[in-house]
Amino acid sequence: MALRLINRRPGRSGRIYLGLLPFLILIGLYAAGSAIRLAANPDDKLLPGLLTMADAVQRVAFTADRRTGEVLLWVDTAASLTRLAMGLAVATAFGLVIGVANGILPYVRAGLSPLVAVISMVPPMALLPVLFIVFGLGELSKVVLIVIGIAPFLMRDLQARVEELPREQLIKAQTLGASSWQIVLRVVLPQMLPRLIDSVRLSLGAAWLFLISAEAIAAENGLGYRIFLVRRYLAMDVILPYVVWITFLAFTFDLALRALNRRVFPWLEAGKGA
Amino acid sequence: MTNFLKQIATAAAALALAIGLASPVQAAEKKEFKIAWTIYAGWMPWAYAQQAGIVKKWADKYGISVTLVQINDYIESINQYTAGKFDGVTITNMDALTIPAAGGVDTTVVLVGDYSNGNDGIVLKTGKTLSDIKGQKVNLVELSVSHYLLARALGTVNLSEKDIKTVNTSDADIVAAANSADVTAAVAWNPQLSDIKSVPGRTLVFDSTKTPGEILDLTAVNTQTLKDNPALGKALAGAWFETLALMHKDDEAGKAARTEMAKLSGTDLTNYDAQLKTTYLYTEPAAALAYTRSPDLIKTMDLIRSFSFDHGLLGEGAKTKDAVGIAFPGGKTLGNAENIKMRFDDTFEKLAAEGKL
Repeated sequence: MALRLINRRPGRSGRIYLGLLPFLILIGLYAAGSAIRLAANPDDKLLPGLLTMADAVQRVAFTADRRTGEVLLWVDTAASLTRLAMGLAVATAFGLVIGVANGILPYVRAGLSPLVAVISMVPPMALLPVLFIVFGLGELSKVVLIVIGIAPFLMRDLQARVEELPREQLIKAQTLGASSWQIVLRVVLPQMLPRLIDSVRLSLGAAWLFLISAEAIAAENGLGYRIFLVRRYLAMDVILPYVVWITFLAFTFDLALRALNRRVFPWLEAGKGA
Repeated sequence: MTNFLKQIATAAAALALAIGLASPVQAAEKKEFKIAWTIYAGWMPWAYAQQAGIVKKWADKYGISVTLVQINDYIESINQYTAGKFDGVTITNMDALTIPAAGGVDTTVVLVGDYSNGNDGIVLKTGKTLSDIKGQKVNLVELSVSHYLLARALGTVNLSEKDIKTVNTSDADIVAAANSADVTAAVAWNPQLSDIKSVPGRTLVFDSTKTPGEILDLTAVNTQTLKDNPALGKALAGAWFETLALMHKDDEAGKAARTEMAKLSGTDLTNYDAQLKTTYLYTEPAAALAYTRSPDLIKTMDLIRSFSFDHGLLGEGAKTKDAVGIAFPGGKTLGNAENIKMRFDDTFEKLAAEGKL
């Protein structure tokens, strides 16, 4: 039995090596491609060398910009994270309230659930011209795009989770004399909050996508703004480090939410093993 | 071990080549050429020439094959050309300098097609004159010819970019953006410009008729490719001037050609004719040749490179605006003569003007 493939496990260091290997291969491929292009044309912008990119990082992350006197990467990061945090907070709040209401209250579900299902199918990017006219071109329309993009998913997901709750739990709480409100507070919410955070983790990718798109279309700063601006002159030496930075931020968010979930709602993990 | 590493490096390089990460332009004599074009009033002749077989006729004459490939996104078409996926591209003079040339891809302008003669403009919602722009937020595609026009316009009323705030806005969305209440000023090009300015209460306070000959729309090809294959330049010039002569006529054939061009750019003849009014096409080869040889072109490129350098468009490696050299007919140059990456070549316009194609 021990020799079957499904039972053979790498050790701790083996896991680390195996995990790192694909990254090393990708970096190697990049370096090779870049070296070939740079040998043919030393000014090539498409695949800049790693040193050129280090220079660009030095410039955008640690030196004040010539024209504005600001350090671009931090200004962009602050602007983008503010928008992202606002969008996620609003979407999460909507998701929680409407998701739980849809899941537990049949009258609300009858009224709202079809609407949420339809709205969740509207591609948010197609609504952009409408958003501009209704919410203007400022910060609001960017936050709204994120909310429209991910709130319906959170609502539907949470509704489904609430409906999955064992009927026995609800009946038991009722026999103990709990009101609807008490059931929401003591039975539904404690089980839903950790799942909501899990759904938010899954929506992070989409949230970033909408953020970057909104910033590409009209903005004065932000990570997406910078990428689409310097794309104008093919400054891949700036774009690639920005992409790495965005990936790192998103990855950190994901880890942080997972840690938060474990810490604040330890019962979820405990329940998973059972 | 080093041997092993070397083998890995070789394998990685081979793989990178295979998946297309690295494909530097391999210059040599060849027979098939691809030119990328995008929809714009001054470039629609290419679309028509391709469709009506004019390109094929001229390519056949010189024993080569030329395909015009439409790309939906203008910047993407330039990036693809710069990456070596195309032999040539339709491009403005500023973008030719800041993208391929600044990226080390030696580029030769074979045809000066037209200049914007009102195709680019600044529209204000509040205020009737250009000076009223002071203190406003201006929506535009940053670092584009719109940005250049704005900088030029501000200079004419003793303002600078410090007196305004620019908001980068995608050209695809600028018409919708202009309808939003918090947008008060916009810079755009046609056809978007005509949509934006047509709303009552808005004023066109500056346009490119005040900077004639500065925003040029060109057809450019890779210098090495052209050097190895002068037939490409001849075929392009032949097809181009035949198409221009055809569309310029006010007879049935000319109208039919323009109608087709209008259709290919998604509009109708009336609208396309209106766009042509603000586009100064060098219909006569002699006129194109005269401008390519004129000292005004050098002045224009000096303005363009100053703007580009001030906005960091020549790359961070550029310490002065002279970093990227530009060559003109008659051996004249601007900037570093050791690093010429953009060339205006009058050879093919001259052949066309003399009827020797």
